Amino acid sequence: MHELSIVSSLFGTLLEKAREHNAGKITLVKLKVGKLSGVVPELLESAFDMYKKETIAENARLEIEEIPLKIRCRACGTETEITTYTFFCGSCKSPDLEILQGTELFLEKIELEIDEPSSP
Amino acid sequence: MNKKEVIVLQDLLGTNKKIAAEIRGELERRGILAVNLLSSPGAGKTALLEQIAMRLKTRAKMAVIEGDIETELDAERIRAKGVPAWQITTGGACHLEAKMIAKVLPGVDPDIDFLFIENVGNLVCPASYELGEHLRCVLLSTPEGDDKPKKYPKAFTTSDLLVLTKADLLPHLPFDVEKAKTEALELNPKLKIFVTSAVTGQGLDELLDYFWAMHQELQSSHA
Repeated sequence: MHELSIVSSLFGTLLEKAREHNAGKITLVKLKVGKLSGVVPELLESAFDMYKKETIAENARLEIEEIPLKIRCRACGTETEITTYTFFCGSCKSPDLEILQGTELFLEKIELEIDEPSSP
Repeated sequence: MNKKEVIVLQDLLGTNKKIAAEIRGELERRGILAVNLLSSPGAGKTALLEQIAMRLKTRAKMAVIEGDIETELDAERIRAKGVPAWQITTGGACHLEAKMIAKVLPGVDPDIDFLFIENVGNLVCPASYELGEHLRCVLLSTPEGDDKPKKYPKAFTTSDLLVLTKADLLPHLPFDVEKAKTEALELNPKLKIFVTSAVTGQGLDELLDYFWAMHQELQSSHA
């Protein structure tokens, strides 16, 4: 259950970005979460709902895109999606693999509402 | 009111990774090899460290950072072996983070050879946090069962070493060492595996020789 500490640092970034852009509201937060990122999307959602109360992200929607785990074999070049946590090439069974995706955990984008600047 | 989309592309663990990289750099400048020990509670991390402390003291200097939710108990056990130990109590947090290590580090003797970090007992969350270690070592005790690597994959895919502990209990348990090894290697073909017992001393010399060889390698690459 380290999702709370991840969401706590996410909010640090969100508030900083909102300030940078003079935004009054955050309306969307989009995360990319790899299958091997070590976090559970549902728990991120619960933690996000807890944290957003009484912040400018209070009405923000959290969108989580889950990224499957994909590897490329260094021996034969085959790309395989791994679903069973068996880290061998799907074609030649070599264990010499490069992880292409699936370990990521990042904030992709946010949508903001910017207050109109008062007319000069 | 204007709507604006802002592309951020920021790693949510980026701050931790940055601090971990600074710690690793600092330790390397001092010629210190850091080992992060991960396991479920009660797998024998402290017992392993007690054995390491007793065997290492004639040839090297070490220090230990202990992570627990509460109490100084583990640090006291390590100090009783004549090794300096710092206790981090997380007060509820399920894992250590790099910033907690960074706080303790200035107090650690810069002349040590090894820094062992005992993470909070938990086979899940600590796997997501680098602490600036050179080696991540996951422990699996025989009473826990040989199916744990497949059940808790991240701890095993991100580790460099797997230390099977409490091997002295094998005659009394249905634990299949070969199955555990095979399944752990399926998750991580590069994993180095040691079968050990803190009671009989089995496998400990091999493990220490490995740590020692890694320390020599670190020193020669940063000489």
